[in-house]
Amino acid sequence: MVATMPDVLPLVDDFCTKLNRRQVEGSLDTAKLALVLLRQVISAQRIPPNASAGVLIDAIKTVGVRMIAANPIELAVGNIVRRVLHIIREEDASLATTVVSGVTVAVDSDDEDNLDIREQASSHAVAAANRNVLRAPSLHNLLESNPSPVKADVTVASTGDSTDTKSRSGDKNSRSWKLKHNVIESINIMLNELQEYHLQVAEQALEHIHQNEVILTLGRSRTLLHFLLGAKKKRSFQVVVAEGSPRYQGHKLAKELTAEKLSTTLITDSAVFAMISRVNMVIVGAHAVMANGGVLAPVGLHMVALAAKRHAVPFVVLTGLHKLCPLYPHNPFTLLNDMKSPSEVLDFGELSDCLNGTTGGAESHVFNPTFDYIPPELVSLFITDTGGHNPSYVYRLVAEFYSPEDIVL
Amino acid sequence: MAAEKVYHNKGGAIHVDIACDVDLVRLALSLTSLPVLDLIKRTKKLMADVVLSVTVPHTLPLNEQICYHLATAGIGPALNKLNDRSHASGPEEYLGQAVLLADSFAQQFRPITDERPKVLLPLVNVPMIDYTLEWLASAGVEEVFVFCCAHAKQVTSHLEHSRWTSQSNFTVTPIESRDCVSAGDALRVIDQRGVVRGDFILISGDTVSNMSLKEVLKEHQERRKKDKLAVMTMVYRRCKPHPLIYQTRLGSEQLLLVVDPSTKQLLHYDSMKEAGGRESTKQQTLARQVVLERSLLADRPAVQLCSDVQDCYIDICSPEVLLLFTDNFDYQHLRRDFVRGLLSDEILGNKIHTYEIIGDYAARIDNLRAYDVVSKDIIHRWTYPMVPDIRFASPETGIKIGRSNIYKEDGLVLAPTTIIGPSTVVGSGTSISDNTIIRNSVIGRGCTIGSNVVIEGSHIWNNVTICDNVQIRHAVVCDGVNLKARAIIQPGVVLSFKVVIGEDFTVPAYSKISLVLQRHEEENSDEELEYAEAASGVAGSAPSPLYDGMNGSQADDGEETPQSPRWDPLQVGLGGAGCKWSTGQDDEWRHSVAPIPPEKIKEIVAREEEAELEDAARDMTTSSRKDNVEEQPDDDDDEDADEEDDSLFFDKEVEALFSRAVTGESSAENVVLEVDGLKLAYDRSFSDCAGAMFRALLNLAAQGPQTTSRELVQNTKQVLLQWGPLLRRFLKHQDDEMEVLLVFEEVCTEDRKEYAPVFASVLQELYDKDVISEEAIIAWASEKQHGDESDKIFVKQCERFIQWLQEASEEDDEGGEEA
Repeated sequence: MVATMPDVLPLVDDFCTKLNRRQVEGSLDTAKLALVLLRQVISAQRIPPNASAGVLIDAIKTVGVRMIAANPIELAVGNIVRRVLHIIREEDASLATTVVSGVTVAVDSDDEDNLDIREQASSHAVAAANRNVLRAPSLHNLLESNPSPVKADVTVASTGDSTDTKSRSGDKNSRSWKLKHNVIESINIMLNELQEYHLQVAEQALEHIHQNEVILTLGRSRTLLHFLLGAKKKRSFQVVVAEGSPRYQGHKLAKELTAEKLSTTLITDSAVFAMISRVNMVIVGAHAVMANGGVLAPVGLHMVALAAKRHAVPFVVLTGLHKLCPLYPHNPFTLLNDMKSPSEVLDFGELSDCLNGTTGGAESHVFNPTFDYIPPELVSLFITDTGGHNPSYVYRLVAEFYSPEDIVL
Repeated sequence: MAAEKVYHNKGGAIHVDIACDVDLVRLALSLTSLPVLDLIKRTKKLMADVVLSVTVPHTLPLNEQICYHLATAGIGPALNKLNDRSHASGPEEYLGQAVLLADSFAQQFRPITDERPKVLLPLVNVPMIDYTLEWLASAGVEEVFVFCCAHAKQVTSHLEHSRWTSQSNFTVTPIESRDCVSAGDALRVIDQRGVVRGDFILISGDTVSNMSLKEVLKEHQERRKKDKLAVMTMVYRRCKPHPLIYQTRLGSEQLLLVVDPSTKQLLHYDSMKEAGGRESTKQQTLARQVVLERSLLADRPAVQLCSDVQDCYIDICSPEVLLLFTDNFDYQHLRRDFVRGLLSDEILGNKIHTYEIIGDYAARIDNLRAYDVVSKDIIHRWTYPMVPDIRFASPETGIKIGRSNIYKEDGLVLAPTTIIGPSTVVGSGTSISDNTIIRNSVIGRGCTIGSNVVIEGSHIWNNVTICDNVQIRHAVVCDGVNLKARAIIQPGVVLSFKVVIGEDFTVPAYSKISLVLQRHEEENSDEELEYAEAASGVAGSAPSPLYDGMNGSQADDGEETPQSPRWDPLQVGLGGAGCKWSTGQDDEWRHSVAPIPPEKIKEIVAREEEAELEDAARDMTTSSRKDNVEEQPDDDDDEDADEEDDSLFFDKEVEALFSRAVTGESSAENVVLEVDGLKLAYDRSFSDCAGAMFRALLNLAAQGPQTTSRELVQNTKQVLLQWGPLLRRFLKHQDDEMEVLLVFEEVCTEDRKEYAPVFASVLQELYDKDVISEEAIIAWASEKQHGDESDKIFVKQCERFIQWLQEASEEDDEGGEEA
């Protein structure tokens, strides 16, 4: 499948090498780049007129598996791949329903543009309806006893094919073209969402931060910065920033907040427990949100979450939907942690005398994990671009944005 | 263009430049029937004495470039540069070339390196060269020239089959050469090929690093813009300044750098290697003193002496470095010859600068201890992102990291009772049986390990078979080795490819066993040469030396059985295969993978303390002396002594020359020429020459038969008559003549006392023969007026003569006035 799109291959290779070398880091950047790359893959992929979305899905899967393997720790890559697959399936289904349910006004028309507009309008309505069909079965859907979405898709497509192959091959061609077009449109929308999700999150700040509150955070995240600045427009409050060793991103955040005239206090990570009793809310960013509501976050946050729990302080996690991972952290190898170079923790020269056992003494080791796993029961609230959610609601979000058949690639 | 050619034909050009555009070049070639080469020939004919610089544009395909290069070189002494180097250092800085020496020109890894080049040896299951290439690729280098010498075939075939060839914007070009014996030779070959276009990174294929090159390149280039002479930037990193650390870390000796802190210019490079541990303590303490030239300190506000550094052997070089190597054909070693040479060379004024890495990792593996230590650093992730679980070189198999740095590759068969301890890597396809304990070790791919085996701190490569109850501690076990049941491998052992160790056999510590027989070279040959000979010999005699074994095929027993009677069961046990290599060194512990024995550590520490005490004592004495005496007079004395030696030697030379002239072996003309030559060689003035000549003259005169002073005067008269004109040629100035008089005085008081009574008459003779002018004599006399009484003996002796001279000159003056 991949062989049919030679122009994109070098790009994929390049991206994979960058991921492998850890030259692309941070879930937002990775997600954006992955999405742009997948868009290129889709536009380069030639779909034979008679084939359904399967070709496209296979192509994305092959590329996706390689990208995930290049850096399995960066879960955002897998999330993006799965969401693109979901988009393809959804668009395919919506087109199929258009054909079958006889909204055939469009088909009769010869004018391409006309067709486009009308079909667009209709497909939106249908897609909305269809989303219900594709969603994980709710009680209502179960009672309706619809056939499973995949089956419906396949049968619909096949019947459509068998009846119209000869007479409407031109239309078929335009259908695959339409599929591609719609998918790319949706990806563009998603890209826009990615670019602006932190603004969406920040808009909700006023609902959560109140006058004269004390907010504690650890490390730095862009979403967090915008969130705090969003609240600052109408409220005055204090921020306590834990520095977040060994990367000390907290220093940077404290500087940025002070520059914006927010009253800021910088503390060491070890002082978090001492401070937590004076804090009204803990707000942090995340690396990934797992399907059970657990969070992968910069190292040190588990400790903060436990401290917050002990003092019944709400622990709020800001996250974009691209960080939402459909995997469950049951398998220890899904919960990969990135072990970075110990040189961030301590200078190599300082310890070079006790690093090896060749002197006869015991060896000392330095570990530098990047992430903590915070179990869902320690999280009070997720604030995403679509609003606030409980950890127990995360599985519903997953069902909305991912197709169950894509979870294992 | 045509007009320009005519102009060239007229011989008006010194610099023939053809535009840097392929089309234009082609046009130029087609435009005129007489090709460029002919043009060059003609120009050369017209202006034979002008150095002609021909620049072959590098935009042409390489083979065409070489054609031109050869052709122009054939024409004559036309100075030829294959690539236009000035372009590279022009406004658009071109970075992204690296020269990787896939041959370390050393023999620390023998006997393993007799069968496989060092850069292909697995370091945590990945060939060393892949670490270097991955680093270069991720640092943004676009083009790497891999220079292979020994086992060149293996290196190139590895590169061909690796993923480096398929990567976009990263090319790896192997350069093969058989007859290079040192890094210097390699660089000369690279210069001849003319592939380097601008600043390049020079490293060897056994460097592991994750440093970012951007900053150091930027620094280097900015410096180059300001100062064309800053040809090289050396990278170093800090470590703890204790000899024990050097020893335990990388098995290297202490290094001393002297750096100008403001410009980061390297002023002095001193590795303590020459004063290595084999020499006595006394010598070592002597070597602790570092002699710095005063000129280094002259116009600098401060110099920085760093002894807590480790050389990373990563150099950012300008193309001039290659030229320097070509010009100085005796440069062999990068540090020992090149850096020293450059630092001591004040004529060209090339400068080396330094760059300190902070936070990043870089180390070179030049012995087995470094191999062991760097392996551990990789396992402990100091080299991130070049760690075992990030698959940069072999993307086929996954590898998972567990707690306390245990890496398990996919496709592993482990018995449930196997204990895998911390800091261990196990490759795919390996099966390990019951109750086996593995700690701090690297196990390669496709190994079979029996039950109740103990492996500690060892490096087991691929396809090794280890039977039950074997014990291995701190050893290197290469591909295809077979260890029979109950064998014990003691610390520091190296088992080369396909060695078989018999049952119940104990391999003693620090022994090296190989299937390749040890060659016995002459003891004194240079170690670098030795390696090259041995390596090329092996490559020639056994074209595919067991290299295929790496690709999964187990040892072909059929090949080995006929040889087996040769093996000595005392060395490898019954049914074993391999022979022991003797190294003839008793400091094996220094560079082996085994931990340093505690008594040696004590020894080093004790020696260090002793040396410190001695230093302190010496400081005490010198400081007490220094109270009133400054240090400088000492130095001056030394220099004076040196000069005296020199001048004695010079005098002798001159005398020898002179006597040759007297015996008629050479003409007076030749003597003058040769004395002139000596004068330049010893950096003397004319007065020195004249003095020496005169001394020789007097000696000659005194040699003749003489009983009375009268006869002596006669002899001197004769000699002066004959050789006076010769002496005259060196007397350019009144000062020279005075020097002759002073020498004469000296001779009379010291060497030949017989002249003392006749001083006045000889002086008069000199005056008569016009060797010495009256002004000189008067000046000499007046200078002596102020001297001690003892100095005045001869002046007094000649008092009458001088008086006469003075009167005569006064008369002359008066006469002149009257006139």
